[in-house]
Amino acid sequence: MAAPQQQKLKVNGPVAVTANRLSDGAVVWRTAEGNWSTALADAAVVTTAPEAIALLEGAHKRDTDAVGAYVAPVVFGEDGSKLPGNLRERIRVNGVTFTLPGSATPASTLPAA
Amino acid sequence: MYVYDEFDRAFLAERVADFRDQVERRLSGALSEDEFKPLRLMNGVYLQLHAYMLRIAIPYGTLSSDQLRRMAHVARVYDRGYGHFTTRQNIQFNWIKLEDLPQAMADLAEVGVHGIQTSGNCIRNVTTDQWAGATPEEFDDPRIWAEILRQYSTFHPEFTYLPRKFKIAITAAPKDRAATKVHDVGLRLHRNEEGELGFEVLVGGGLGRTPFVGKSIRPFLPVRHVLSYIEAIMRVYNQFGRRDNIYKARIKILVHEIGAEAFAEAVEAEWANIRDGALKLTDEIIDDIRARFLYPDFAALEAEPAELKAALEDPRFATWYRNSVHKHKVPGYSIVTISLKPVGAPPGDATADQMDVVADLADAYAFHEIRVGHEQNLCLPNVATKDLPELWRQLDAAELATPNVNHISDIIACPGLDYCALANARAIPVAQEISKRFADLDRSRGIGRLHVNISGCINACGHHHVGHIGILGVEKNGQEFYQITLGGRADEHAQLGTLLGPAVSYDQVPGLIEDIVDAYLELRSSPKELFIDTVHRLGVEPFKERVYATH
Repeated sequence: MAAPQQQKLKVNGPVAVTANRLSDGAVVWRTAEGNWSTALADAAVVTTAPEAIALLEGAHKRDTDAVGAYVAPVVFGEDGSKLPGNLRERIRVNGVTFTLPGSATPASTLPAA
Repeated sequence: MYVYDEFDRAFLAERVADFRDQVERRLSGALSEDEFKPLRLMNGVYLQLHAYMLRIAIPYGTLSSDQLRRMAHVARVYDRGYGHFTTRQNIQFNWIKLEDLPQAMADLAEVGVHGIQTSGNCIRNVTTDQWAGATPEEFDDPRIWAEILRQYSTFHPEFTYLPRKFKIAITAAPKDRAATKVHDVGLRLHRNEEGELGFEVLVGGGLGRTPFVGKSIRPFLPVRHVLSYIEAIMRVYNQFGRRDNIYKARIKILVHEIGAEAFAEAVEAEWANIRDGALKLTDEIIDDIRARFLYPDFAALEAEPAELKAALEDPRFATWYRNSVHKHKVPGYSIVTISLKPVGAPPGDATADQMDVVADLADAYAFHEIRVGHEQNLCLPNVATKDLPELWRQLDAAELATPNVNHISDIIACPGLDYCALANARAIPVAQEISKRFADLDRSRGIGRLHVNISGCINACGHHHVGHIGILGVEKNGQEFYQITLGGRADEHAQLGTLLGPAVSYDQVPGLIEDIVDAYLELRSSPKELFIDTVHRLGVEPFKERVYATH
């Protein structure tokens, strides 16, 4: 099974570069300034393969902040907000879809794609 | 319990110190991710969707109360207060920070547990029957042989970089609770006509994208030759197993491509060269390992004590007793399965508080010993039958007495897309929904034994191929769909399930499972005919006709 970061790059719409933070594995997004943010809202969104490759190359230059960078689809909400573009990314952004054992925190709900 | 010695403790302490240094160098940038990844994997550390995951081996499924208590401590201090027991007698912590991992490992090493060889292309945790040493069915305690294999395979230099991972399971009872027929090597302990102890050796079983039931290549291998024969198998695999394609690198592909007969011939030829060498087990070695297993000091107790007879007047206790208590080899004692499948909960998860409760109960009632089964439940293997009522009361108070063992809500499920970087679809929420549909335990008792297995991708960590009902999550156009198979089984009659029909959407799965069960209730020849037997008698077509007519 090929993970997203192992797949051939195809860009058919808005995408962002995402990874896991080195220190704790938290989901992070590549910003236009070349930093990492835990908020998808801060992500640089591009629409062409060369732009996505440039973002990826920037992400790979330094691997002490985040690891496993790959290109993920993004969609825009009616209010223009950036939203994860597929199920996997929705779960990465919103968290597991059930209540964790022993937790009072309700399960996250999966917003529509 | 097996008693580790000073060598084991020093070895683990050194390993933790190495890993602490590796993590420090990774965080400082002295090690790149490419350099660090194989090092963390060798210690059972994966990077998943949201966080690092630490997988800890529970050799042959045996835990002391101190070890379980320490796992609760790790869950509480370094994770989010729970752990997940897997289908291969491991426990996984899903939220540990990289910087905390060395100390978590150090804490675990103090009680002799670790994540070594829970990842990578090596011989993984050797698994066996969770009733080992307690069931009257067995020919010998299989843990003796699992421990011998554990010592042999740990850091074996020749088998550290195999073509792919390698899993061994052992059963010492005719009733196979270790799924030996779907492992790379399955060892089935029995006695021959002369009364000698030996193994039937199966190879090439496995699930994943290319599932096979293992083939028997030797009906009887005297036990003292088990290491040399395994070494011969490993050498043949190491030499001829494919390394050019990860999907064709498991031993099952080699056995399938050259045939079991040719594979067996190659193994026998290799074995002829080494069978009487250094790996031949002497009585002294076997006795030494056997002596390190300390068994409970069983008392002479009544098989049917007054406490039990009185408690059976309580219908709730009686229901749990009939479902979760099993015959022990010593009169007056019982084996108790602790369901980790309360209705609507993630299968196989236990909170830190629950782990502490089980550890305390093991101290009070079960000679400090706990087991983990591949069905993702726990077990207290040695409980005085007179103590069962009090044990039940305390388990019940901790939500650990759901009487659904082997019923439809006793679901085996992988972590799925909620955690796993490889998954295509969720597994846990599907299990939760099915479990809620069958929350009426009277109804599920009426259905009888029925194993549901769910995998979130073709890698089949939920063993869907061998579920009586198997559910495989797939992705189609960005949506989750699920393929259903019927008729699989992981026991001594292991068989792969047959595809029922087209995949259905996430929302349709629980209803479809209900329809399958309704069809079974209608089709079975009598209430005594189990689901699996009805499927084998009739095939899947009658189910398909009924189920897809409504979907």
